[in-house]
Parts: sequence; C-alpha cells; structure tokens
Amino acid sequence: MTIGLGHYLVVAACLFTLGIFGIFLNRKNVIVILLSIELMLLAVNINFVAFSHFNGDLVGQVFALFVLTVAAAESAIGLAIMVVYFRNRGSIAVEDINMMKG
Amino acid sequence: MASAIFFYIFAALAVGSGAAVILTKNPVHAVLFLILAFFNAAGLFVLLSAEFLAMLLVIVYVGAVAVLFLFVVMMLDVDFAELKAGFIKNAGIGALVGGIVLAEILALVGYRGLTAASTLNVASPVPAAGSDITNTQALGEILYTKYVYFFEASGLILFVAMIGAIVLTLKHREGVKRQSISAQVARGPKTGLEIIKVPSGGSVIPPAAKHPEAAE
Repeated sequence: MTIGLGHYLVVAACLFTLGIFGIFLNRKNVIVILLSIELMLLAVNINFVAFSHFNGDLVGQVFALFVLTVAAAESAIGLAIMVVYFRNRGSIAVEDINMMKG
Repeated sequence: MASAIFFYIFAALAVGSGAAVILTKNPVHAVLFLILAFFNAAGLFVLLSAEFLAMLLVIVYVGAVAVLFLFVVMMLDVDFAELKAGFIKNAGIGALVGGIVLAEILALVGYRGLTAASTLNVASPVPAAGSDITNTQALGEILYTKYVYFFEASGLILFVAMIGAIVLTLKHREGVKRQSISAQVARGPKTGLEIIKVPSGGSVIPPAAKHPEAAE
C-alpha cells in the first residue's frame, strides 16, 4: 500500500473539479466563486508539489511558491473590487454586475 | 504504512471540506471549510516532504487570505439566502461539466500510468535523503540564485496588488477636518492675529469664531 504519484493527482483532480462545480453551483454569489478559484489553485499546487516530489526536482516547489503569490494577489484585488462594488450597488449578486454593459 | 494512513486521512478531509465549501449555505462556514481544506493540503505537502510550502500555505492562506475572506464576508451585509436561489437549477450543468473534467483528468492519469520518471533531466534535484540540507534551505538556494528574477517579479506583483487594493478601497469623505501642516507652518502674525476694536460697554463676536473653517 504505497502512495504513488497517481494518488496525489487523483486528490488534486477531485479538488479542481469541486472548484469548477462550485462556480456553476453558486452562480450568484461572488464570494463563493472566489473561494472556488482558491480551491482550484490549491489543486494545481498539489499537482506541482506531487510532481516535484516524485521526479526529485525542486523547481515544482518554486513554481508552487509563485502560484501562491499570484493567488494571494488575485484574492486581495478580487475582494477589493467586491467591497467597492458592494459600496456602490448594495449587492454582490453576479447578475447585477452589468454596469459596463459588456 | 503510517504515511499511507495519513495520506488517506488528509486526502479525504481535503476533498470533503472542499465539497463543503461549495455546498454549505452560510459563506462564513464556507470560508472555515476552506481553512480546513488548506490545513489538510498542508498535511499532504508535509507527506511530500515540502515542509516549507506546507508552512507557507498555513501562514499565507489561513493567516492572511482566509482571514481577509472572513473579514469581507462579515463586513458586507448581504442576504445570502437570496443568493442561493437557482442552486438546484445550476446543479445539473455543473455536475455535467465537472464530471467531464474529472473523468478526463482521471483517464489521463490512468492512461499514462504516471510513475516517477527517473530518466528525466532534473534541473534542480531535491537534497538526498541522508543529507542535512533542509527543504527550506534547498528551496532558498535555488530561489535566490537561479530564479531570483522570478522572485523579484513576484514581489512586484504583490506590490502592485497592494497598491491596487488600497486605491480601490480608499474613500475620500467630504467634510472631514484634516491637519494641514503647510498652512500651520505658514501661519504668521499677519494671518494668525487680529486686533479688534471693542467699543466700551459693547461686545463683538470675532469672525474666526463665527466661521471656524475660515481659520484654516
């Protein structure tokens, strides 16, 4: 019962799919959409670290570090936009986000 | 054997709390389940001997990002029950797309039969099992030499994100009294002092008292 690369990839695949599913399931709630994106980035990080461990290459962990950086920046900006939007419109429902008529 | 048991515990809890993140009704609970998912992912990282990243995940995610989420969720006064409408309606297509993606990834993993490839050209090998170089030291030795430009670029990304978040949320309110240091320093006898003739037996109200803003 040894744990191989495939085990970790399956866990990461499940988490990534949960992230995609969460975006569909909570189409109206921006907060849960942001949380789902965090879940998907976590799954990507698990993949990077698993490959890094099983291939004996440290670069995967360095890349996971950069993914963490970008994820933190993304969530900070996303939450800032959400706070500003809530201040202007009093709602964070996705279907109300149509001011720019894009 | 013990590591296999730990793997299954961490994996099951990570996937289970990941499912709870998207299924729970209360966003505060969703953020708390996200914290649990990140803790278990950190456990998986420890099993993969990536101790530094595991601790970073706990510090950065649980300590900063999840608390930021919690703060925003609690600060915004949103009717979350209303946002839950259409939950079942979207479940079908979500399950379809998610199921296809999961099946594709699992098929790819199963098809390749991915195992550790010993013949790869390894750019930066991990320290050998017996050496006393820790994961953190090994990571730092390549991060600050080979990948120093990427490291600085990520610092720049964080800097831009910080400025962006501040600029987005900074609000200039009208009617707030602020200290104007240059006005205070420039104040001299000519502007700061006023001689008012008071008629004997009468009274005057000085103009500065009538209009406090005019004194600034």
